[in-house]
Amino acid sequence: MRIELVKRPQRSALFSMLSPFIALGLTLVAGAALFLALGKNPGEALYYYFVDPLHETWSLHELAVKAAPLILIAVGLSVCFRSNNWNIGAEGQFIIGAMAGSILPVMFPDFQSWVVLPLMLLLGVAGGAAYASIPAVLKARFNTSEILTSLMLVYVAQLFLDWMVRGPWRNPAGFNFPETRTFHAFATLPEIWPASGRAHWGFIFALLAALVLWFVMTRTLKGFEIRLLGQSPRAGRFAGFSREKMVLFSFLVSGGLAGLAGICEVSGAIGQLRPIISPGYGFTAIIIAFLGRLNPLGIVAAGLVLALTYLGGEAAQISVGLSDKVARVFQGMILFFVLACDTLIHYRIRLVAEPAVRGEGARADV
Amino acid sequence: MDSTGDAAAEPLLEVRGLSKIFGTLKACDSIDLEIRRGEIHALLGENGAGKSTLVKMLFGALEPTAGTIRWKGQEVAIRSPGEARRLGIGMVFQHFSLFDALTAAENIILSLDDPAPVSAVAARARELSRAYGLPLDPQAHVGDLSVGERQRIEIIRCLLQDPELIILDEPTSVLTPQEADKLFDTLETLRSEGRSILYISHRLEEVKRLCDRATVLRGGRVVGHSDPRRETAASLARMMVGGDVPVVVRDKPAATREALLEVRGLNRKAGHPFAVSLSEIELTVHAGEILGVAGVAGNGQGELFEAISGEALQESADTVRICGHAAGRHDITGRRLMGAAFVPEERLGHAAAPFMTLTQNLLLSRYRTDARAFLGRLGIIRNAVVASAAKRVSTAMDVRKGSEDPEATALSGGNLQKFVIGRELDRQPRVLVVNQPTWGVDAGAAARIRQALVDLAKGGSAVLVISQDLDELFEICDAIAVMHGGRLSTPVPIAEATYEKIGLLMGGARPEATSGLPLEETV
Ligand SMILES: Nc1ncnc2c1ncn2[C@@H]1O[C@H](COP(=O)(O)OP(=O)(O)OP(=O)(O)O)[C@@H](O)[C@H]1O
Ligand SMILES: [Mg+2]
Repeated sequence: MRIELVKRPQRSALFSMLSPFIALGLTLVAGAALFLALGKNPGEALYYYFVDPLHETWSLHELAVKAAPLILIAVGLSVCFRSNNWNIGAEGQFIIGAMAGSILPVMFPDFQSWVVLPLMLLLGVAGGAAYASIPAVLKARFNTSEILTSLMLVYVAQLFLDWMVRGPWRNPAGFNFPETRTFHAFATLPEIWPASGRAHWGFIFALLAALVLWFVMTRTLKGFEIRLLGQSPRAGRFAGFSREKMVLFSFLVSGGLAGLAGICEVSGAIGQLRPIISPGYGFTAIIIAFLGRLNPLGIVAAGLVLALTYLGGEAAQISVGLSDKVARVFQGMILFFVLACDTLIHYRIRLVAEPAVRGEGARADV
Repeated sequence: MDSTGDAAAEPLLEVRGLSKIFGTLKACDSIDLEIRRGEIHALLGENGAGKSTLVKMLFGALEPTAGTIRWKGQEVAIRSPGEARRLGIGMVFQHFSLFDALTAAENIILSLDDPAPVSAVAARARELSRAYGLPLDPQAHVGDLSVGERQRIEIIRCLLQDPELIILDEPTSVLTPQEADKLFDTLETLRSEGRSILYISHRLEEVKRLCDRATVLRGGRVVGHSDPRRETAASLARMMVGGDVPVVVRDKPAATREALLEVRGLNRKAGHPFAVSLSEIELTVHAGEILGVAGVAGNGQGELFEAISGEALQESADTVRICGHAAGRHDITGRRLMGAAFVPEERLGHAAAPFMTLTQNLLLSRYRTDARAFLGRLGIIRNAVVASAAKRVSTAMDVRKGSEDPEATALSGGNLQKFVIGRELDRQPRVLVVNQPTWGVDAGAAARIRQALVDLAKGGSAVLVISQDLDELFEICDAIAVMHGGRLSTPVPIAEATYEKIGLLMGGARPEATSGLPLEETV
C-alpha cells in the first residue's frame, strides 16, 4: 500500500478561498483533541485560549501590541513571496532594525528632542533593509539560495544582540543585568490611547503599511511587475523587468518593514534592548503571510488570529495550567493545516493497493 | 493484440455525448466519436474548436462535465493520465515534458509507473527504436537533441506502455519535412500492428496522405465525418471554417532603401550547455520589406531572437541598429521605445504569462510604449483603458474566448497566438521581429496573421519573420535567409529562391558549395 498524490485536473475556486478557514477549523479540532489527551477539559481550555483574551479592553490592547510586529513583517514578506523570493530571515532583520534604531537612546541618552523618535524609526528601517540586502546581493550576484543565507543570518543577528547587550551596550547602572538602559521619554513610541491600554503606534503603522502595499500590489505597475516576475520569470524578462533588481527591491521592502517592526517593538512595547526581544515574530509572520493568502488585507486578519495564539498561550498557562509551549504547537498546526489544505486543492490522494516491490529504491531516488 | 471476430467489429474507443464546460463556455458540446482498431483517425478543427480539450479528457488530464467513454465496450472513468496509460492509451503532447539535463533513458524512467533499472529501460528503448525506425541513443542528453529527436523520446516512452490508442496533438508543427516523413512511416507501422492513432493537425495535406477517417469539430460540436483521402485540402479547410479560407494578397510596395533593422557582426557565445552560439550574423531589413529566416529549429533562431529583442545585450552598441538608433546596449524596453516590437516563439510563458488575464498580458509588452495612455500618476494602472485596448486587439484578430477577459492559459493555442501578434500590431511598430508567427494556428487564422504582416510592411515597416514553415516564408517574404549552426546565409531574393535551394541551405550546405545555382550572385 502506498500513497500517491495525483494532480487534480482542475482546482476549485471555492475551496481555494475557503482553505484558510478550513485550516483554522481543523486546528481547533486538533487542539481540542490535544487538550483532551493532556487531561484538560477541551471546551474550557479552548475558551480560555481563544475567547477569554477578547473580553477585556486591556487585553484587546495586548492583542494589538502582539499583532503590530506580526502584520508589519508579514506584509513585507508577502511582497517577497509574491515575487518568488524566499526571505526566511525576517527575524534577523527585526533584530538588526531594533538595534540600529536603539543607537540613539542607548549611546546618546543625553540627546533628547522630538527628532529622536523619527530618527530612530528611520534607522530601524535602514538597519533591517541593510541586513536584508546581504542575502539579496548574494542571490542577485552569485545565485546563492536566499533561503539558506537569510535563515543563517538570523542566528548571527541573535548572537550579535546577545553580545552587545551583555557587553558594550549594557546599562552601566543596571546591576550587571544583560539589558541596555531604558529609553527616555523622547525615544518611546507613544500609546494610541493611553487611558485604556498599551497598544502603541506600531499597530497604526502596520495598518498603514498593509493598506499602502495592498494598493501598490493591486493597482500599480510596480505591483504588476512583482507578480509577473514571481509567476513567470521568462515573461517578466520579455516585459523588460529585471529579476536582479526585483530580488533587491523585495528584500529591501521586507527587510525595511521587519526593521520598523523591530524598533517599534523595542521602543513601544519593551522600552530597552534585552538578549531576547522577539518570541519568534519573524518566523510566525511567514505563517501569517500564507494564511492571509499573500494579500496585505488578508494578512491583517491573519495577523490578529496568530497574535491571539500568543495571548491565548499566556492566558491558558495561567488559568488552565498549560505549558506556554502550547502557543508554538498551535502555530505549527495552523501552518500544517494551511499547507495541507492548499496541497489538497491541487492534488488528490490515491491509495495504490499493489505493493511496489520492483525498484523501490529507484522510486526513492526520484 | 488479439483481434477475434467480434472484438474487431466493436470500436476500440467510443465516446457519447462528451461535454466540457468552462464557466459558461461549452468547449466540447456533446461529442460523439468512434475510433476503430487499426485506424489513423484525424481530429480537425479551427483554433478553439475544442480538439485539445477533447483529447485531454480522453487522457484523463481534464474531467468531463458530461458524457460517457467506452473502452473496448466497457464504460470507463479516466481520472488521471496514469489510469489512461494503464488502460492502454498513450499521448504525445505538443509541448514536451522532458528534462534537458537527463539522458533519454532517464527521462523515460521518470514517466514509468513502476520504475525499472536504467539498463533494462535503455535496452527496451533500443529495441523499440529499431523496430519502429525511430533512431535514438538512450544515453544522449536531451539538451543536445533536436526537436525531432525529443519527439522520438516521447513516442518511445509512450510505446513502452504498449498502448492500443496513441493520441498525437499537433505532432508535426515542430518538425522539418524530412522528420515528418519519418514520423509518418512510424505511424503506418503502428497502424499495421492494429494499433489506433488519434491525430490532431492543422496541416491538411498530411492528413489527406495519412489518415483513414476524419472528424471535424467546430465550436465544440462535431460538424462532420469524412474520408480525407476523398477530400482536397481546400474542401477540408472549408468544412473546418464553415467558409472559404482567404488568400494572402501581396502587392509589391514601393521600394525604399531606408534600413530600419540592421544587425552587423553579431556574435554570441552559448549561454548554457544546450544553447547554440551565434557567429557573424549580418542582416538588414528595409522599410516595406519582409525578410524571412528559414531553418530547422534549434539552429540558433531562439538565440538570434533574444539578441535582436534585447533580452540579451550585445557588447557593442552598433551591432544592432533599430530605426537608425544604435540599440546594442539597450534592453528590450529601450528597443521597444525605438519603435520595435517582438513576438517570441513560445506564446505561453514567454510572450504571455499563463495565469494573467489578457488585459494584464497586453500591459506586459506595452506599459512603456503606451505609458501615457495606460498609466496614471504614481504608476497607477488605468485598467479601463488597457482593457479596452485588449478588447480592440481581440476584435481585430478575431480572438475567440470563453469569457470577457480570460487568463492566457484558458485560451486555445491558436487564439493566444493571434492575441500576442495582435498586441504588437496594434502599436503599428516600425520594426516587427516575429518567431514562428503561425505555430499551431488554423488555416484561416494563419492567413489572417500573414495578411496582417504583409499589410504592416506595406505601411512602411520592416518585418523579420523567423519560421520553419517554408510555405509561409515563400508566401509573404521578399527575401529568405537560412539559419544553420548559428550562422545566417546571405538572403536569397524571393524571385530566385526555390524550395530546393533553401532546403539545401537548411541542411547545412555552404552557399559556396551549392555552386551551379544562381545563388552565387548574391554571395
Ligand atoms: N482551462 C480553460 N479554462 C477556460 N476555457 C478554456 C480552458 N481551456 C480551453 N478553454 C477554451 O475552450 C475552447 C477550446 O479550446 P481547445 O484548447 O480545446 O482548442 P483547440 O481546438 O485545441 O484549438 P487550437 O487549435 O488553437 O489548439 C477555447 O475557446 C478555449 O478558450
Ligand atoms: Mg489545441
